[in-house]
Amino acid sequence: MDEFKTVIGLEVHAELDTKSKIYCGCTTEFGGEENTHVCPICSGMPGVLPMLNRKVVEYCVKAGLALNCAINPYSRQDRKHYFYPDLPKAFQTSQFDQPLCLNGYVDIVAGGQPKRIGITRIHIEEDAGKLIHGADQTRVDYNRCGVPLIEIVTEPDFENSAQVHAFLEALREILLYTEVSNCKMEEGSLRCDVNLSIHREGEPFGTRTEMKNLNSFSAAAAAVEYEAQRQRRVVLGGGKISQDTLRWDDEAGYNYVMRSKEDADEYFYFPEPDIMPMVLSEGYIERIRKTLPELPAKRRERYVQVMGLPMYDAQLLTVSKFISDFFDCTVAAGAQPKAVSNFIMGDITRLLNERGLAPEKVPIQPDAMAELLDLISKGVISNSMGSKVIEIMFEETKSPADIVRERGMAQVSDAGAIRGMCEQVIAENPKIVADYKGGKVKAITALVGQVMKMSRGKANPAMVNQLLEELLK
Amino acid sequence: MNQSISAAEELAALTAHDASCRLAEGTVSSVQLTQLMLDRIAASQNNAFITVNPKALEEAAAADARRQKGEARGPLDGIPMALKDNISTQGLRTTCASRMLAEFVPPYSATVARRLSEAGCVLLGKLNMDEFAMGSTSENSYFGPVRNPRDPQRIAGGSSGGSAAAVAENLAYFTLGSDTGGSVRQPAAMCGVMGMKPTYGRISRYGVVAFASSLDQIGPITKDAQDCALVLNAIAGKDLYDGSSLVNPLPDYLDALKDGAAGLRIGIPKEYMGEGISEEVRMAVERMAGLLEAQGAIVETCSLPRTEYALSAYYVISSAEACSNLGRYDGVKYGYRTQAYANLAEMIEKTRSEGFGDEVKRRILLGTYTLSAGYFDAYYKRAQQARTLIMEDFRKVFHQYDVLLTPTSPVTAWTLGQKHANPLEIYAMDVCTVSVNVAGLPALSLPCGTDSQGLPIGAQFIANTLGEAVLLRAAAAAEKGGRA
Repeated sequence: MDEFKTVIGLEVHAELDTKSKIYCGCTTEFGGEENTHVCPICSGMPGVLPMLNRKVVEYCVKAGLALNCAINPYSRQDRKHYFYPDLPKAFQTSQFDQPLCLNGYVDIVAGGQPKRIGITRIHIEEDAGKLIHGADQTRVDYNRCGVPLIEIVTEPDFENSAQVHAFLEALREILLYTEVSNCKMEEGSLRCDVNLSIHREGEPFGTRTEMKNLNSFSAAAAAVEYEAQRQRRVVLGGGKISQDTLRWDDEAGYNYVMRSKEDADEYFYFPEPDIMPMVLSEGYIERIRKTLPELPAKRRERYVQVMGLPMYDAQLLTVSKFISDFFDCTVAAGAQPKAVSNFIMGDITRLLNERGLAPEKVPIQPDAMAELLDLISKGVISNSMGSKVIEIMFEETKSPADIVRERGMAQVSDAGAIRGMCEQVIAENPKIVADYKGGKVKAITALVGQVMKMSRGKANPAMVNQLLEELLK
Repeated sequence: MNQSISAAEELAALTAHDASCRLAEGTVSSVQLTQLMLDRIAASQNNAFITVNPKALEEAAAADARRQKGEARGPLDGIPMALKDNISTQGLRTTCASRMLAEFVPPYSATVARRLSEAGCVLLGKLNMDEFAMGSTSENSYFGPVRNPRDPQRIAGGSSGGSAAAVAENLAYFTLGSDTGGSVRQPAAMCGVMGMKPTYGRISRYGVVAFASSLDQIGPITKDAQDCALVLNAIAGKDLYDGSSLVNPLPDYLDALKDGAAGLRIGIPKEYMGEGISEEVRMAVERMAGLLEAQGAIVETCSLPRTEYALSAYYVISSAEACSNLGRYDGVKYGYRTQAYANLAEMIEKTRSEGFGDEVKRRILLGTYTLSAGYFDAYYKRAQQARTLIMEDFRKVFHQYDVLLTPTSPVTAWTLGQKHANPLEIYAMDVCTVSVNVAGLPALSLPCGTDSQGLPIGAQFIANTLGEAVLLRAAAAAEKGGRA
């Protein structure tokens, strides 16, 4: 597109969905009154010591395995030092040269092109607190202090914002499926830093800038677009890129310098003496590997290639792990994949939306869903009656068969009864009958509608059609 | 002290185990013992205490009430003791002898404080020390220097100077100190009492204000080996709040006292008896070796060739960890905050400049320097390599010996202010004690006579990892030899 190539790398921070913090027993729950989710340990009182939460290691390893990383059998934590009021110990306990996970990758598709993004490393660390700036004073809230994070560092493999966006989507999906993070961007559970440089073909990489704390995928993509163009303008104008840390203003749509190279990072890293090194056995790693669910990309492949679903269906079904699991279980209970998919994409999605429910709140068991689809395929109820049954199943925990029986919703396939209704409708609608006989073949649908109405939807529509045609011959 | 000793003096001079017997017999109450100690603390001129616990008598009364109901908790129930002021005590200020924490009242207690309280001990108060445990003289205190009860013109040693002086002056039946490079053993030696630094991880560090995390260890300061065993029994063992605390089973340390010196293999590392060690100290240690040999111990000279690296490795590692551990004193959350400041950076800068004393600043600067990018490999990494070599030295000699015998300090207590001009000269005085911390080993200092000026000399036993019992065995035998 132009003479420059853009090189982008990401650092993604994901808060882990553990119940308690990384070094103490405090809750990780979001929100809460200021400084109520704190104890002497996470607020950095003199003399306290960290106790490493084993779940944090487990979750990081799980994420690493899902992102195709090698797991470091010997890993340790390090202290990263800087003074800021939101960091009560004046160091963040992190990992420096021995992270838990190394050398992974994620396969993405962006602009129709497949692309593999390398993962350099994943390490565990603690989150910091939050400053609350008032008119004449600044207060500190330590509730988030010590909430466990993983930092995922990618290789500089991205060339454009579409790839960045696709990668973040894929990563989010994987973290959600492995249940490692809830990825709630609005709560800061997933945050992204972007490193970007440009260079001319054949020349070495240019000086990179870093953009901090992009808290939505669209912000990350917009920031990438903006910064790539800004650097081109600077270089074409004869200027030099300085190695700055930038802050993206999402509303204004531009970034500004937060920190320049003069105060380059010096963190005085050294091994954390209060936490023993983590030595992970092969057995431990394999046990975690066995808990990995089938990942969304694999599921989509299976839905399309094995079950014969359109890619459109596969995409929608895998938006949530719960829905995808629900789909798989319903199919396993004997239902036709496409029939299940149609109901999920249609009625179930509609009912969830109407009620403002998250996908995990689907109040129907896969077995019941399969039973309902069975009633439809056997002709006991019509497809449209099936929609009504699902609606009832959202409110009452009854089997579809019971609902159909109790409410007399079974389809009427008795030829005698249907013939009677057809005759009555023909008698009451001479105008339509005349139209039909005059050559307006489509007019018959109006008559079918009348019969269905008369039967309160229970008449077998195929039989109605057939009988009307017979009677009007 | 040749005049007739009054009954009160005699009561104050009791060991903790003898006081415990009196309590058990009912001839004295915990309230009486506690009142006696409080009176003596009030009368003392040696500045051993920073804070007296206003609830001490209340705790003593509770101990007496338990005993009356037949619910005494054990040998330490009702025994008045005191803690170095870097051991957090819920509701009682814990200053680390620093302006930075001069008004700091912790909302929680250190594990050792809790364990002693659960054993029924009465907390008399908090003991003076070098600021943040940095120093070897207990002169670096915001609350003024500790004086040596044996000669008030002299230092009590440090950094647990208050802990040693309090025991030596009978202001408490025992105390706890902390030992990062000799801070329990060296003041114990200079004040003529016993001090033990257990194996790294044997006693929980939770709630002990960190100086150098990989070296710090709590230790008892007592009047004899039996008291040391009693206190160890009460405070040692795994703590879920300290990931570095060891899970290894605990012996009953009292058992070790009976075994005697016969067959005990004692090595005297020649590197600890050469240049820099005063003649009187060396002779006193040799005399003790002779006494033990007379009891059937096997005494030989051995070698720890890497000893020369220990002091440098110690100061690099401890300063690096200190600069990290002390970053949290920024005036934001607790402790001292400067009066006037224009912005955040100035607040932190001024708070730290005004809140810390010179020695603490010196260590922070040293640590910051050695951890800086480009210097890390040359200092911190090499110090850790030296650490491995020093551990190897010890591992080798402990194939042949049960304990090592060395001086605790190359010299006896010097006069207050004498070495202020040259911090390096003071650092060099740690030469006999730092290797033990660098290697994580247990060691114990006990009195071994006095010099020509009547100042106490300390001898040090060093044992292999988790060898606290053999240290007590050697110390008990040496005590017996001394009396015989």
